[in-house]
Amino acid sequence: MRINCPHCGLRDVIEFSYAGDANRTRPDPASTDMDAWNDYVFNRVNTRGLHREFWQHNHGCRAHLIVERDVVSHEIFSVKFAKQPEVALAKTPRKKAAKL
Amino acid sequence: MLWQKPLGKRPQNYETASFWGAHNTSTTLRFIFDGKQYTGHAGDTLASALLANSVKIFGRSFKLHRPRGVIGIGLEEPNALVTVIDNGVREPNLMATMVELRDGLVAVSQNRWPSLDTDFGAINQLGTKIFGAGFYYKTFFGPFRNTRIWHFFEWFIRRAAGLGSAGDVADSALYDRMNAFCDVLVIGAGEAGLEAASNAAKLGKRVIIADIKPPLEHTKLSSLPNVRFLSRTMVWGAYDGDIFAAVERVSEHRKAGIGEPRHRHWVIRANEVVLASGASERPLVFPGNDRPGIMLASAMQQYASDYGVLVGQNMAFFTNNDSAYEAVRDLANAGATTIAIVDVRSNISDEAKIMAAEAGVEIITGHAVVSTKGTKAITSITIQAVDISGKTSGPTREIACDALGISGGFTPLISLSVQKGPKPKFSEELQTFLLPDLPQNWQAVGAVAGEGLARPAPVLVIRAETPTDKAFIDFQHDVVDTDIDLAHLEGFTAVEHLKRYTTLGMATDQGRSSNVAGMSRMASLLGKTIAETGTTRFRAPFAGVSLGSIAAERFGHVMPDRLTPMQDWHTENGGQTYAAGLWHRPMAYLHIGETIEQAYVREAKAVRAKAGLVDVSTLGKIMVQGPDAAEFLDRIYTNMMSTLPVNKARYGLMLREDGILFDDGTAWRLSKTEFLVTTTTANAGKVMEHLEYFLDCIWPDLKVVATSVTDQWGGMAISGPEARNILSKVVSGTSVENEALPHMGIVHGTIDSVNVMIARLSFSGERAYEVYAPAGHARRVWEALIEAGKPLGMVPYGLEALGTLRVEKGHVTGAELDGRTTAGDLGLGGMLSKKKSFIGSAMAYREGLVREGRLQLVGLKSLDGRALNGGAHIIENASVSEVADSLGHVTAACYSPEIGAYVGLALVADGKKRIGQRLILSDPLRSMTMPIEIISPHMVDAEGSRMHG
Repeated sequence: MRINCPHCGLRDVIEFSYAGDANRTRPDPASTDMDAWNDYVFNRVNTRGLHREFWQHNHGCRAHLIVERDVVSHEIFSVKFAKQPEVALAKTPRKKAAKL
Repeated sequence: MLWQKPLGKRPQNYETASFWGAHNTSTTLRFIFDGKQYTGHAGDTLASALLANSVKIFGRSFKLHRPRGVIGIGLEEPNALVTVIDNGVREPNLMATMVELRDGLVAVSQNRWPSLDTDFGAINQLGTKIFGAGFYYKTFFGPFRNTRIWHFFEWFIRRAAGLGSAGDVADSALYDRMNAFCDVLVIGAGEAGLEAASNAAKLGKRVIIADIKPPLEHTKLSSLPNVRFLSRTMVWGAYDGDIFAAVERVSEHRKAGIGEPRHRHWVIRANEVVLASGASERPLVFPGNDRPGIMLASAMQQYASDYGVLVGQNMAFFTNNDSAYEAVRDLANAGATTIAIVDVRSNISDEAKIMAAEAGVEIITGHAVVSTKGTKAITSITIQAVDISGKTSGPTREIACDALGISGGFTPLISLSVQKGPKPKFSEELQTFLLPDLPQNWQAVGAVAGEGLARPAPVLVIRAETPTDKAFIDFQHDVVDTDIDLAHLEGFTAVEHLKRYTTLGMATDQGRSSNVAGMSRMASLLGKTIAETGTTRFRAPFAGVSLGSIAAERFGHVMPDRLTPMQDWHTENGGQTYAAGLWHRPMAYLHIGETIEQAYVREAKAVRAKAGLVDVSTLGKIMVQGPDAAEFLDRIYTNMMSTLPVNKARYGLMLREDGILFDDGTAWRLSKTEFLVTTTTANAGKVMEHLEYFLDCIWPDLKVVATSVTDQWGGMAISGPEARNILSKVVSGTSVENEALPHMGIVHGTIDSVNVMIARLSFSGERAYEVYAPAGHARRVWEALIEAGKPLGMVPYGLEALGTLRVEKGHVTGAELDGRTTAGDLGLGGMLSKKKSFIGSAMAYREGLVREGRLQLVGLKSLDGRALNGGAHIIENASVSEVADSLGHVTAACYSPEIGAYVGLALVADGKKRIGQRLILSDPLRSMTMPIEIISPHMVDAEGSRMHG
């Protein structure tokens, strides 16, 4: 699998590490609602298909990214900075070379 | 060229263009097979050289120990597996057809004892009726279930079954790893692959062409600047994002140069893929089809044309397609005599008839081979009329021959195209599985796409009227036609069940030569088509891959080292360094004649009496900067950091979200907006990721930047009553007296004109200072301190003494922060602020984390003068030999010069309440029990007076 890092460009998955489900919302830090914390810390939906997830580019720019990925086909639909999702791709995705 | 052909012998002075490159007789290579010396020539494979030396038997079969010869010429070979021995290192299960001959090669055959010709395991053939599919389950889980019979037979069975065995000598060869990128990856350098590569190269694309064979001398492709020709390279795995794994045999065929790897692992990222992996011929299934001397027709043809080896004088052929006729014609041109071609088809093409006529060979149509004879090699075949379903009947005829060429059609090598999951498509016309729908940027050319393959009759498995022998489908796993029948009878009809029940296609060749025949047999039993029956999925690797190439530089002596700036000083001064993760750290500095224990006890004593210096450069160091840095650290640490004054440091704890302890360390406030955070050595990377995760994903609004500066600073801790006196001798630009530098204070100054940061922190419990210098100058600072300390009795100390000092103080490290303990368990509950929320604050007080009976940190003292063992259990009753009633375990142990006894730290249930109790230490692994006393973990200076003042 390869991930198109908005900062570094298209890179191999071995440069990244998975950093968890990006669909979760952390409860308010002061919240004492233990069900909400339990859900946040321990419970995950085992999605088949499109999944939104955090990946960190450890061996590159170290930014956390939000990757939208089909966990069945491993097709990646979008990659954004987790911190500033609105910042556009710094590099254009790789060119599709013409058929031989 | 014509020549007289003594069996298996080559004529003098011939030269051919070999499969393996230029084959020439001018270079003679000597090699040893099963202890016997032979000669071959440059360009030979082990198989071709042995065939030229008239060797017929190459190995014994997996289960039944039947003698087996070579049947193929390349990757399709299921039988001729050998072990190559190089400098004592054994590499098993190599196809003799793929081993390039080199001078001095030593190979042995497999799965035979004591020798190939006399093999005791062949006795298994007498019991073939019981060794059918499911033998082990039926026998040992059936009538003999719950008896000890399996234990009795296991040794014999494990010894008898299996392929080659691995050696126990460490592999001294080097392996490495390369990354490559290309516009077009061409897999296979046959005619079609070369053409595709050359077309792509002409368009200016960056091309990688990978081929399993040695370099082709006649191609100019490799000289083009935009083409990389990887010869001796097998592409074995296809992964998401068009990433391919390949292995290059760099120096297997010759002596490796200095620093040259044996194999090289390639990771190739391709924009486009051209699959040109070709096709391999498959055998026909008939009784006795595994006898040595039976060979694929195309292999016979190529051994003659490429290596000048004729494998027989009187050949016969058995086929279901036209390709065998070409082989017969070519072999006739090479001087071979063919007696007959047996063809299952009743009608054959005019072209085939012409080719047979050219070779002067009798064609016997509508017939099949129903048995073969010969003890060590084939001597004759018996044929009978056959119908379209493969059933034979009628009169039989015996034909004498010394070699039988067989052809059951061709199987395209589509493995790479289906590894990711798409299903291959069955072609009735070619009687084989063809490529699935390919992704847009893939194309297949040549034989792998089914181009130019002979069309076989749909008869692969012959059902002899009265079978006299076994008919092998999977040669490598000894799966026969009746195993398929049995699987069908017993309900294992789905292909994936069939595979696992019979082990069809589960050998090292993944059924390259056998799958289609197996599926076709099952399909006919089910009355379905092969397309409906389906096939199993091919997975990586395509063929055997050395584990060394996958481990590459991540293994042993080629792993990266992390060295502190003082590493050389340590080794020059008696430091016994050992690996802590990737770091190398000194255990102790040995004086002549000292043991490690004597050295660390001496060092620890010196620290408490005078002073010591220890290298702490490995601690994780992170700069946390920005207007919100203090707020951020308040959220990260359990205790308050925003109240920390500038030039002060504070000990801090971090929890995980679930409330369990994560790491401990210090935060140094360097300015209003800047903190230096230190972490444990082991968690340096994890803490960095933790901070980055929260800054990026959870609190993107915080204006904070975290930067790892672990490698920028060399760190050393100077501890002991004399520490301040030593520091004051060398530090300029600042006072280090108590008023200027109180406990937890920070000053900036210089030592030997190097800028340093000094924080008064104590891990040892003594008056102590951590001195940080820029990494490039750290050794100079270290040496200045050592020189200044000598007259005052200071010694360098290693990790063992550091551990002793911290055990005596009850300070925790990774052994106690084991991912299960809470701050409360370690007596640090008071550090959890109630005034703010922090990571883990919500979950830290969950019922299970605060209940009675949790393991708590305590000290231990040996009561009988013996050393405690880390990991040993604490129990109440000496008669309990098992540790089921364990109260806890030892996390650290050492000899304490202060206490004058062996002591340790332990996590013990309700430990605080047990202080003063005398219990038993039980170490079942070392069969040891000993009396101990639970003591306070703060064994030395519990009130902390030494580090203050």
